[in-house]
Amino acid sequence: MKPQSHLFKENAKKALNDANLARALNNMKAGFQDKRRATIAKLPEFQDLRDQARDLKNHTLENLDFYLSRFEDRVTEKGGHVHWARTPAEAREAVLEICRSVDAKTVTKGKSMVTEEIGLNDFLIESGLTPIETDLGEYIIQLRHELPSHIIAPAIHLNKEDVAETFRENHTQLDPNRRLDQVQDFTDEARAILRQKFQSADVGITGANFLIAETGSTVIVTNEGNGDLTQVLPKVHIVVASIEKTIPTLEDSATILRVLARSATGQEYSTYTTFSTGPRRPGDLDGPEQFHVVILDNGRSALLGTEAQDTLRCIRCGACMNHCPVYGSVGGHAYGWVVPGPIGAALDPGLIGLEEAHDLPNASTFCGKCAEVCPMKIPLPKIMHHWRVKEHEAKLSPPRFRQGLAMWAWFARRPRLYRLGANAAIGMLGRLGAKRGRFAKLPLAGGWTAHRDLPAPSRGTFQQQWARHKRSQAPSSS
Amino acid sequence: MDQPRVGLFVTCLVDLFRPVIGFSAVALLERAGCQVEVPTDQTCCGQPAYNAGDLKNSRSIAQSVIRAFEDFDYIVAPSGSCAGMLRAHYPDLFKDDPEWSPRANHLAQRTHELISFLVDIRGMASVENVGFEAQATYHDSCSGLRELGVKAQPRRLLATVEGLDLNELPGAETCCGFGGTFCIKYPDISNRMVADKTADITATGADLLLAGDLGCLMNMAGKLKREGSTTQARHVAEVLAGMTEGPAIGEPEKAPGT
Amino acid sequence: MGQAQALSGTVIVMSTARDQILGGIRKSLGRETSPSRQEAEARLANHPRNLIPQRAHVAVEERLELFVAQATAAAASVARVRSLDEVPGAVSSFLAGHNLPQRVKLSPDTFITGLDWDGQPTLETDTGKAIDSDLASVTGAVAGIAETGTLMLASGTDRPTTLNFLPDNHIVILPADRIVGVYEDGWDKLRQDGDLPRTVNFITGPSRTGDIEQTIQLGAHGPRRLHIIVVEDAA
Repeated sequence: MKPQSHLFKENAKKALNDANLARALNNMKAGFQDKRRATIAKLPEFQDLRDQARDLKNHTLENLDFYLSRFEDRVTEKGGHVHWARTPAEAREAVLEICRSVDAKTVTKGKSMVTEEIGLNDFLIESGLTPIETDLGEYIIQLRHELPSHIIAPAIHLNKEDVAETFRENHTQLDPNRRLDQVQDFTDEARAILRQKFQSADVGITGANFLIAETGSTVIVTNEGNGDLTQVLPKVHIVVASIEKTIPTLEDSATILRVLARSATGQEYSTYTTFSTGPRRPGDLDGPEQFHVVILDNGRSALLGTEAQDTLRCIRCGACMNHCPVYGSVGGHAYGWVVPGPIGAALDPGLIGLEEAHDLPNASTFCGKCAEVCPMKIPLPKIMHHWRVKEHEAKLSPPRFRQGLAMWAWFARRPRLYRLGANAAIGMLGRLGAKRGRFAKLPLAGGWTAHRDLPAPSRGTFQQQWARHKRSQAPSSS
Repeated sequence: MDQPRVGLFVTCLVDLFRPVIGFSAVALLERAGCQVEVPTDQTCCGQPAYNAGDLKNSRSIAQSVIRAFEDFDYIVAPSGSCAGMLRAHYPDLFKDDPEWSPRANHLAQRTHELISFLVDIRGMASVENVGFEAQATYHDSCSGLRELGVKAQPRRLLATVEGLDLNELPGAETCCGFGGTFCIKYPDISNRMVADKTADITATGADLLLAGDLGCLMNMAGKLKREGSTTQARHVAEVLAGMTEGPAIGEPEKAPGT
Repeated sequence: MGQAQALSGTVIVMSTARDQILGGIRKSLGRETSPSRQEAEARLANHPRNLIPQRAHVAVEERLELFVAQATAAAASVARVRSLDEVPGAVSSFLAGHNLPQRVKLSPDTFITGLDWDGQPTLETDTGKAIDSDLASVTGAVAGIAETGTLMLASGTDRPTTLNFLPDNHIVILPADRIVGVYEDGWDKLRQDGDLPRTVNFITGPSRTGDIEQTIQLGAHGPRRLHIIVVEDAA
């Protein structure tokens, strides 16, 4: 799939007209926001942990070359293999080559945003393999040929009825009249079908929440256990991870893990946190015979040293989108690429280009809620602002908007002229609007009055009224 | 400081749309023992340009604000958003400019949002002899809340207004969808956000909506009026100053003689 | 020969990619070697602890209570027995309580196999890694972590990982003296034991998903039930 971020406005409009989507997104408040708040309230050190998590990740990024090569050394020592990929194409090729070397047919996958980013599934299908997503949400959207609309809840845009329809269309081997209306029905059906897939898979592919330089371990965090079945049953485990997933030590992982689940789902800790270090060892009764790590750059190293560097601290918890009123209105698909919401708006222009993604950092009121909840303290509005500056420099914003702004700024820099214009305009508007107190329609204010009335100004500006007030107070000079 | 000289940064919206907020601010500041002046050389804080990424115009507008307010002990604005611009973003605009950086920092350090200035700097604990009969609710505007920590101060003063019953608004900290140019650039998204907000306001049963930023208030009041709601909207300063004889935001002037 | 060529070609491409990525990082950061490189070396060598939440700083008995409370809050069930002798009986009653067949797959760990399973004549036991038809497994754990009621399990020749994920019911035998305060204590334990195991699983409650309408449903892919038998005196 190609990025569709340039269609943000159109797609946002469609999303706003989708009542089912609104119903689905409405679950976020109880599902994410309230749970996060309650869990955080139980950990008095939460804010201090955020500071530490930010600092340790900053330190890691400052030494990323060192930590990455240490990670590579440790993986190799433990009998694993590291593959470096500058581009999505190189990463896909690396994965395919490993699959071909063991004559793989079926590949199971744990939820991984980076494999979405490199378009791995389509590529594997074109290459004659069968990739199967095993995270319930990812499995559903794979059946529907969609991108995830949320990084930790990929099918958050769907309701039970949508899933029932998808399952009936795809699981044709099952009784068409079976009951499919409880969440348990879907979970049990997917569990039964995917159990067979886990057993028959030749290769298991997961992402990584962390790469640990100290030990060469890769870490995944899940609630379902699918990521573990994906990596323990097939003979080959491939981890695909981007460079910024690196952290120094096991202790550092403990610190970040204390803020991750709490920020994401509002759990104290996710159900499964798994540290994998190399392949099966002599005498082991299970585990993969081969362990590969594909490390992807895809534009990230170029973000270091820029205003967008802080986006590389992201641990993909989803808190920013869970709390974003814009995301909550339009959902993730409108953003048109793998990572939506505020972090997408801050990250995507750096990864897929400003021309494609310049709408995203504009689609924010700068309300600051995202930065307030980000466990890694990423200054998301500040980075979105940085992209707006770049957008302005590149003249990518709509010409009419730029012209209007330039005209306004010309006046705003000239207080006397501004005042003359303001007095005239406000005098007129004030007279026109006094009777109703508001306008339902006004030329040039269509964006506003399409949805709400425009309160009318008073008779005269503050400065006019203030000057009169001062004159009336001044001691008479005669 | 015994009688600090305060420069009132009126804000462009108050200047153009609702002068009573400016007069309320002056009255409250004077009650807090300040000597208030209103420089005429002010227009806007420059946020529309700043938020659009236009640094050149932002800097030039910021320079004229800095010049106009250089000599005051404090600069106070009846808006968290504009005060936040002066406090949080001006220093950033000039961080690489050896001449203007100290001037921007100097301005930033002396700039405050009105209500937090009254409570935190001037130690105002109550408003005396002010009454307003209303079932009110309060929306926390984002910039004031998150950039300047305006949260408890307006509630503390409102609690001393006779006859005013303040009920918390669920989701009071959620953005109303105004966002300056955002509401013009993304009218549909903004509409969804403000509709969610007015639904929350209506559900409280309040007949008065208060907030500390006119932009947000015009957005919410405009939506309430469009929906046919009778809930009135006012800036918190109007109520605290007792300047509530005039019409609420978006309401008609009273017909003469009634 | 064609394949050998292709493979060696790949090696060259990969090393170029490696050097370009690492070089790109250095270039973006505007330096050859980081000023905090020594700090980084020391961090890896000493793996210092960061902030530890106060809630774990409690006396031993309270730690046990905290572990039980947190594990229960995460939807695990917890039974407490006085000694190891009582474990097989407790396993049997867990199965009976859920109307499950009296059959378990035991971890080959001698800590588990050494228990008196013969004392439960109705309970069938088998030993090894898990297979799909296993309904219940019994394993040990390296540690129980009180701060979040989390179990820490490690793989080994006698500790297959599949036991933790395939069966519908996972029963974990946890001596009370293995309950530690925080994750870092668990890592210390493993570091004392030597080489880091291939797989370390932190498990907090049974498998779950919230992927459909944000409704939490237990038993997504892993165990539907996690049952922890705490042994108060395992000496």
